[in-house]
Amino acid sequence: MCFTQNFSQYLVIGLANGFLYALIALGYTLVYGVLQLINFAHSEVFMSGGFAGYFVLQAVVGKQPHGVMSVVMIVLGIAAGALGGGLVAFLLERVAYRPLRRRKAPKLAFLISAIGASYFLYNLAGKEFGRTSLSVPYIFNGSNSGIAFTIFGAQVQTIYVIWAVAAIVLLVSLDRVVAKTKLGKGIRAVAEDAETASLMGVNIDRVISQAFVLGGLLGGAAGFLFGLNFGVVYTMGFTPALKAFTAAVLGGIGNLRGAMLGGLVLGVAESLPLSCVNPAWQDVIAFGILIVVLLFRPMGLLGERLGRSA
Amino acid sequence: MTTPLTPAPTPGAPLQGTDSLLLEPSGPGRAPWQRLLANEDFRRAVGCLAGFLVLAVMTGPSGSQGAPTSGFTGSLFNLRVFWFVGLAAVLWGAMTLRRRYSAAVKVWNDKALALPRRLLPDTRVRYGAYFVLLVFAVVYPMHISGFWQEVAVQQIGVYVLLAIGLNVVVGYAGLLDLGYVAFYAIGAYSAAFWTGAMPVHLPFHLNPFWTIPLAILAAMLAGVILGVPTLRLRGDYLAIVTLGFGEIISIVAQNLTSITGGPGGVLGIPHFSVHLLGVHYVWGLGNLPYYYLLLGFVVLILIFFHSLENSRVGRAWTAIREDEVAAQASGINVLKYKVMAFSIGASTAGFAGVMTASQVSYIEPADFTYQLSILILVLVIFGGMGSLPGAVVGAAVLQWFPQFLRLHPLFGFQQQDLYIYLGALLVVMMIFRPEGILPSKRRKREIGLAEHGVGSADAMTTSTAEVQ
Repeated sequence: MCFTQNFSQYLVIGLANGFLYALIALGYTLVYGVLQLINFAHSEVFMSGGFAGYFVLQAVVGKQPHGVMSVVMIVLGIAAGALGGGLVAFLLERVAYRPLRRRKAPKLAFLISAIGASYFLYNLAGKEFGRTSLSVPYIFNGSNSGIAFTIFGAQVQTIYVIWAVAAIVLLVSLDRVVAKTKLGKGIRAVAEDAETASLMGVNIDRVISQAFVLGGLLGGAAGFLFGLNFGVVYTMGFTPALKAFTAAVLGGIGNLRGAMLGGLVLGVAESLPLSCVNPAWQDVIAFGILIVVLLFRPMGLLGERLGRSA
Repeated sequence: MTTPLTPAPTPGAPLQGTDSLLLEPSGPGRAPWQRLLANEDFRRAVGCLAGFLVLAVMTGPSGSQGAPTSGFTGSLFNLRVFWFVGLAAVLWGAMTLRRRYSAAVKVWNDKALALPRRLLPDTRVRYGAYFVLLVFAVVYPMHISGFWQEVAVQQIGVYVLLAIGLNVVVGYAGLLDLGYVAFYAIGAYSAAFWTGAMPVHLPFHLNPFWTIPLAILAAMLAGVILGVPTLRLRGDYLAIVTLGFGEIISIVAQNLTSITGGPGGVLGIPHFSVHLLGVHYVWGLGNLPYYYLLLGFVVLILIFFHSLENSRVGRAWTAIREDEVAAQASGINVLKYKVMAFSIGASTAGFAGVMTASQVSYIEPADFTYQLSILILVLVIFGGMGSLPGAVVGAAVLQWFPQFLRLHPLFGFQQQDLYIYLGALLVVMMIFRPEGILPSKRRKREIGLAEHGVGSADAMTTSTAEVQ
């Protein structure tokens, strides 16, 4: 039976990828919650985070760091990635969304403008930073893909541990921010009913901008975490972002915990069959899941709506 | 009398604890920098400057892995940046003047446009213009170099075909298809299959002409299979599903090596040929014969789409685009017409695939990338969604201009930077002229109406089986 062979190994890989998908998926869900629009340029927010983290580490890392310094470097890289992603998301909302919203443009116009922005950003990154993959400096264990420990016969790479820890910290803090702070209250209010929220004195423009930036922070951090293992290149955003979108739909778009759950489920679901089929088909499995979900449960696992369930 | 526990809020003062969510305070009492930021002229100046600085970076030198900031420094800390600052100042000045003298501008505009406005609605003038264009399209390519003839077929002809096909989906029905190239690939691979060029083939080979209906059928079928489940849903899901579908097709083409030939592609697809009643003619590698064949098909398809636009089907599409709920309430089978638009677009792409496969006689998965889907979308948007003349002219101009720049590189234009410009063009079009350069009258009015809260101008907002 090919499916049970290396089951735990594929489960570990799937969960690790799933954490990244969850981080990216939150960006889609936050923006969807406040605007009812898919942010097609989120892939480039992710990419910008990857590059920002890369450049900061490139400038800071001298010789191979170890111990506490490794942790400091990782935190630094995540912070740089998050800032880069947040900045690009902020500018994106200003340039590609806000002028259209002012004009009450049809929905198609938003999608097209976001696609244009995505196309612009990733080709510009290709022009400025070269079109080949760059590897992030090694910051622990002599490489970025060493084995940390073995559990149930599955080898767990150090990078997976980092992904999981970083993602859990970020996901929990986002959940708290949205549930407890004034900022989160504003986002939930706009997601529930933008018009009523504005009558209550909520500055919708600012809340939308904040939702973009929050999603950008997580997406950018995910970009750095992804780049740590796979390197950064201008096209790096396309596939992970498409899968993260699938994860957001799978969990119920607009639903924060749904996006987290959807990311993990998608990561595992696309990874488990790999013991049976050629890895080249992994993406086909993920997109197949997207189509099946849309067919049979378009509201996702946990249902839609940011306002109600967050 | 009891005193209230909390003082009554003074009118105009923000409620306690909600100040960061409140709208900006307006009127006097703001800091000078806030007033500056709110000043329209200042904001416009910043916008102009930012836009032209981005343009400076776009046209500037490329960076590299080793020196990632060199592209930025080379274009911003360089004398040429003054050109762009100057242009920004000129644009800002023009915009300011235009606003100040808006009444005079309007009078002047009306005068200048009086003649075209009177003539354009006249059908005789329009058909005369189309006829002149057609004669130009027939005669002109005979007198140009081989390079431009190849451009006319491979860059312009095929893309005009693709653009008018996508125009049905995006323009007529208001649906966003981001995996359009998948249907182009299906057409091309069908041609390769039925003519026996693929590793897997039938015992008999067909003349490429016979593969046209088969390829169209295959692409249409793919369109229906993909469209029926997804077109029920919210419109933006279609965009993402088609995106995923495009990826699936590309992965399949690359990895099913024993069937599709894998990344290496398919070689030796035969050219079109006629063997009928003693007439034997083979199209061969030359560009002109293919050009005329393509031109003939494009004209036929244009006539077909034009009549489709003004038929019952076209009116149904318009109704769905303008107000889907109202269309459904009027008895239009929304799903049916959406699937129809989607599959007609798909089959046009399939047909374009046959043309390319047969002319170039070699196809590979790298010919059918996501970039190409977006390129075709740009052609449609630039010309004008829902406007056939727009799609044709938009495709011709946008496909010709990069080739022109390749021969005459202005500002150090590099071919691989083309996509940066196209992306920026999409955003700029959406902000300033969403109806395109040659808009269809109805589409223009729809977008205007949608901006005033009437209708939706696309089939995105509602859906037949909306999930609540």
